[in-house]
Amino acid sequence: MLWPSLIRSLFRRPLSEPAPSPAEATVTALAERLEAAAQVRLGRSLAIRHVDSGSCNGCELEVNALSGVVYDLERFGLRFVASPRHADVLLVTGPACHNMAEAMQRAFLCTPDPKWVVAVGDCALDGGVFRDSYAVAGGVDRVLPVDLVIPGCPPSPAMLLEGLLSLLAVQEEAGEDEVPGN
Amino acid sequence: MSGPATRLILSGTARTPFRRELEPAAWAGLPGALRQQPDLELLALWAEIGAVHAAFRPSGGGSLLLASTAAEGNYPALSPARPAASWFERAIADLWGLRAEGGVDGRPWLDHGRWGFAAPLSARPLAQASEPPQPEFLPAEGEGVHQIPVGPIHAGIIEPGHFRLHVQGEAIVRLEARLGYAHKGTLGLMRGRSPRSAARLAARLSGDSTVAHAWAFAQAAEAALGVAVPPRAALLRGLMAELERIGNHLSDWGSLCNDAAFAWPHARCGALREGVLRASEAAFGHRLLMDRVVPGGVSIDIAPSGVAAIREALALVAAEMPALRRVTEDHASLQDRLAGTGVLRPDWAAAFAAGGFVGRASGRDFDARRDLPYAPYDALPFTVPVLQAGDVEARLSIRLEELAQSLALVAALLERLEPGDTLVSLPVRSGEGLGVVEGFRGEVLCWMALGEDGLIRSAFLRDPSWLQWPLLEVAVEGNIVADFPLCNKSFNCSYSGVDL
Repeated sequence: MLWPSLIRSLFRRPLSEPAPSPAEATVTALAERLEAAAQVRLGRSLAIRHVDSGSCNGCELEVNALSGVVYDLERFGLRFVASPRHADVLLVTGPACHNMAEAMQRAFLCTPDPKWVVAVGDCALDGGVFRDSYAVAGGVDRVLPVDLVIPGCPPSPAMLLEGLLSLLAVQEEAGEDEVPGN
Repeated sequence: MSGPATRLILSGTARTPFRRELEPAAWAGLPGALRQQPDLELLALWAEIGAVHAAFRPSGGGSLLLASTAAEGNYPALSPARPAASWFERAIADLWGLRAEGGVDGRPWLDHGRWGFAAPLSARPLAQASEPPQPEFLPAEGEGVHQIPVGPIHAGIIEPGHFRLHVQGEAIVRLEARLGYAHKGTLGLMRGRSPRSAARLAARLSGDSTVAHAWAFAQAAEAALGVAVPPRAALLRGLMAELERIGNHLSDWGSLCNDAAFAWPHARCGALREGVLRASEAAFGHRLLMDRVVPGGVSIDIAPSGVAAIREALALVAAEMPALRRVTEDHASLQDRLAGTGVLRPDWAAAFAAGGFVGRASGRDFDARRDLPYAPYDALPFTVPVLQAGDVEARLSIRLEELAQSLALVAALLERLEPGDTLVSLPVRSGEGLGVVEGFRGEVLCWMALGEDGLIRSAFLRDPSWLQWPLLEVAVEGNIVADFPLCNKSFNCSYSGVDL
């Protein structure tokens, strides 16, 4: 029966936790990248497409947790979408496996500009423990231009959230600059 | 338990207590002998430079038996007698360059033609500069049959892989999984490393089974070196393995309901799982328990406050399970999607020696914790649920029952924790060892050979998914396309685990 749960839910506090605040240095660095690339502002809501470039599946477990009630990504205007064609952000996990390189490039080309590429996890950073393999090019930046790295093996959902919120923070800053006197 | 194949293997030269080396002529007789002894299960087939190895187990019970033969260039295939050998034979051809003569499927698999050379694990990898070939898929014929290509990038947040569906109307005529996209060259990276150093790679073979793979790897190293693990380390390993099982079963329970558009259990299971992961972090310093099981014991003892954190998180799971279970089992709309969907017949599960909940939902009564007992499970009471129906609902039911068993096992393990050492040092010497650990998907196997310098000469890690992926292809036949995600999630095979 769903009724007792529904009634209990009326009186219970939400399970979602308060948001972590993004690191100032990260936001500044991203703002510089934005300026350098003369990127158009994306707005305050970002659509994220996940791409696994050959991870061990550890990062996916933590990325999946973001959509759950505890981290509740959607309350910040961040949401996962099913196609790179709908995305503002490519969230890439895993080392850059040679067998995935073409699929990664195609996903990148399908994603409309302006866009961010976020590399998630130690493997995406530089290949991690698989760095020296014949099957791995290295980090995701060997295949795609990376804007933000969220390291960790795997990064916790809180760290992922913090990184993604810095993307929103920099959009807001850029927005303030765009409209003088506002 | 003795049959022609067992006798043939035992007639070989004993290399270790569990491995016999056959002359090439004797190995050539193996497919015929296997056909006459259908109850000898093939669990794995792999290679090293100059040799091919196979792992068998009598389905009625008994320990593992390994058969090897020297191989240069090619070796007689086992796939005509054991269809499950086919994926292994394709991997051996791609990685070691050894061809299975008379094999049922000679297409490349892990090798997509993108590494710059062929047979990377052989003694002499061959440079390869041509364009990557287009994959070939098995045909399906009939009126109105069309193809749906899916992946390697999927719509959800999952691993990469390509599914080729041949469809007639709404019904799936044939599914073929084409994997290898996440091939990281793990086995190659392990060579020449110490077991302790390579353990980090074993822990990343499949992130959701990091404890199971690290444990099987540690068992193999300890067997090769003749090291006994302190009792407290064994208890802590068991504790971590059960926490991993609980987390994964919770996660897939929710996801399965979500794939049938029933979101509430997904939200609840997600919250409960988060509690379990946080307790794992409080107890062992890592949410997924990576790098905690190492050859020689465990790398970290449980934090004093960890015991209470685990008990608290699991009490919440236990308290909510009955209501969640009722919702899952009583809702007609959900049952309509789960029951009768994706049926895996018991004879197929037996033929492929399917492990874990996939096998146990289709009548294969095997659990390595009970049937190939190892510490700490040899002294713990638990039951192994088995069903015959083989559909999505049965696989989910098995997992719910296992969840309850694991909760009890954790409670028992926490009770038994006694002070003591948690890690012993490893000698530097040669040796060969085998490890088998029951992960959440099924039994995880690891074989390792160490050289005189104590470094890994060759190793193979076999995820249970090797034997489950081909069965998924069978189980979806005749189902509608819309039920494919449900069938797929109910198997939840590992991509990275077989891509290596």
